[in-house]
Amino acid sequence: MKTPDEVIKGADELRWQLPQNLHDRITESIYAEAAAIADRSITRPGSSRRLAWQQKLDRILTNPWSAFPIMVLVLGAILWLTITGANYPSRLLATLLVDKGHALLSGWFTALGSPAWFQGVVVDGMYLATAWVIAVMLPPMAIFFPCFTLLEDFGFLPRVAFNLDRIFQRVGAHGKQALTMAMGLGCNAAGVVATRIIDSPRERLIAILTNNFSLCNGRWPTQILMASIFLGTLAPKGWGTSIAALSVLVVAVLGFGFAMMTSWLLARTVLRGEATSFSLELPPYRPPNFWKTLYTSLIDRTLIVLWRAVVFALPAGAAIWLSAHIPVGDQSLAEWFIHATDPFAWMFGLTGVILLAYIVAIPANEIVVPTILMLTVMVTGAGGGQGAGVMFEADNDAVLSILTAGGWTTLTAVCLMLFSLCHNPCSTTLYTIYRETQSAKWTVVSALLPLVMGFALCALVAAVWRWVA
Amino acid sequence: MNPPETHAPGEACQTCPSRYSQLRKLGLNIENSDFVVALAGNPNTGKTTVFNALTGLRMHTGNWPGKTISRAEGAFSYEEKRFKLVDLPGTYSLLSASPDEEVARSFLLFGQPDVTVIVADATCMERNLNLILQVLQITRRAVLCLNLMDEARAHGIDIDIRNLARDLGVPVIPCAARSNEGIPELIREIHTMAVRSDSPAPRRLPLEVPGLRLALDRVEAELQEAFPRLAQPRWVALRLLEGDREIIGAVKSGEIGGLAEPIGASLLRDI
Repeated sequence: MKTPDEVIKGADELRWQLPQNLHDRITESIYAEAAAIADRSITRPGSSRRLAWQQKLDRILTNPWSAFPIMVLVLGAILWLTITGANYPSRLLATLLVDKGHALLSGWFTALGSPAWFQGVVVDGMYLATAWVIAVMLPPMAIFFPCFTLLEDFGFLPRVAFNLDRIFQRVGAHGKQALTMAMGLGCNAAGVVATRIIDSPRERLIAILTNNFSLCNGRWPTQILMASIFLGTLAPKGWGTSIAALSVLVVAVLGFGFAMMTSWLLARTVLRGEATSFSLELPPYRPPNFWKTLYTSLIDRTLIVLWRAVVFALPAGAAIWLSAHIPVGDQSLAEWFIHATDPFAWMFGLTGVILLAYIVAIPANEIVVPTILMLTVMVTGAGGGQGAGVMFEADNDAVLSILTAGGWTTLTAVCLMLFSLCHNPCSTTLYTIYRETQSAKWTVVSALLPLVMGFALCALVAAVWRWVA
Repeated sequence: MNPPETHAPGEACQTCPSRYSQLRKLGLNIENSDFVVALAGNPNTGKTTVFNALTGLRMHTGNWPGKTISRAEGAFSYEEKRFKLVDLPGTYSLLSASPDEEVARSFLLFGQPDVTVIVADATCMERNLNLILQVLQITRRAVLCLNLMDEARAHGIDIDIRNLARDLGVPVIPCAARSNEGIPELIREIHTMAVRSDSPAPRRLPLEVPGLRLALDRVEAELQEAFPRLAQPRWVALRLLEGDREIIGAVKSGEIGGLAEPIGASLLRDI
């Protein structure tokens, strides 16, 4: 009976009797064999029409002069399409679910004689939060995901990774981080898992810690709504959508910049090391299977993401209502928190409502907007005469007037957009980070790093803004 | 539109019920399977598309290497046998591995699938053969799925299927999984390979390094003594002779005996 140590010792001794370049010789023999077999069975023409146009396209899409403008344009176009296309359905859903649905449900509950607190928790809390999440999220996601998947199927992502590799190498990160960040645009938890394609543990950790700077599906709606109602309305008539898309694009590109900056900082300090070499096959362009992609990304992706948002919105809605209605002394719980944190939040151009919303939204970023709207209405009593504390109007102008009544300015919207980009990842992502790194230390770092950066950034913007104004 | 091949089945055959009737896509229902089938291959050769075509599932696919990062399982039944199909991340080689490739490598080596379907990209067989040859060293029951034949045709690439099958010693099925072309033939071949009682002999590499064969025999025998239930002792022996630190560590700790699960997560703990 041999023990494992004896086996290893035996192998070590035998290794000395073998040629030193054993590994290379084995690899070479595999390659030689592969080449011989291919030679015997495969004949390929020198070139073909398809190869020719693929090469032509690659020359344009990977040339540094044309590649960067094209990448920014493509992302901008998707955002523009998303904002334009989502505008009408979002309004329709809001009217249907928030205005009509809420009134209908309230009517039924009152008719059945349910206690006021029960109706508050279920209808004004749970139902309203869920209705808002669906109205705000469903249309943009139903446009954004299919567009993104079509590009993915076409073969655009590897080109993006190829183009950005120069930047990644310069900051000491891995070129494949571009792919994981692209996955993060859908969901950061998925982006963190995708970092498994990076071999080097050091570079993989950098990719995990910076994935949060890719705006995820839970944050796109916040960006789009803020950009549409605050920045889009500043633009001359007819340019609103374009300005809104441009603002969101700027935030997304800023996120990429922060990711690079953070990667650079990490690679220079705690995660020191050389960037390892990076090889990525550029697959051929393939015509995407349009209808199949549309179906898959609508059913499998959009609806699953929406379902997750709804699951989190239901308890959050109840929590919001309760916090706004449980009295502590002369004020409600929410009011205490909001009034206590308002001066602190002011320094960062934010409000106490926003801070509370981000605490409620730790499980899922999707519920930030509904939480902000519901808290503003409940606490300030804005939102029209009938029944203060519940929102009845749902179009963009109404949202704008509610938020303005809550003391919002353009600065608040800008700071919210920045804070939405730069804050702790949601709990699902944090758990995924813990699972992938097996380290509580790095999980804490991944939560605090963007949060501190977000506060610093907002404070800077608010100070400069107020100084200029 | 039918592919411009003279021996392609005609329209009547394509729609004939008997052609598909024996296949039942079982989706996620992987209980009580008779055989385990693994899908291996280089990255971005369409393994997940083949997986979806066989199981009826809709796993995400993407036109870039590295889309699939963990293993997925599904099932189908054919001729009253139930098959569990395991989709694996793509891998370039069994010799080196990133965390996602390691999932594939560990399963192919130690998961002991009954049939290994190697999915290859017909437009760049030269590159794919490297992995194909390596997989054929560790399994007797393999089927080569030559995927993306539609693209190979568009590029004017001509592949002598019979010649290739003879050279490799395994069945070769030309496919275009995206449009279901070749999938019925692939299923039939998987079934045949799973139920056949004789032992096919895929091509083995001539390891023409002086003294290697002898050394391999010795280490393999010792390994089998130390770990009687070890799968792939010869492969492990080769890695030991090459001085692969990870495998040496796994042998030392005895972990190699039960190495069917990926050991990737431990990699990050070093930092």
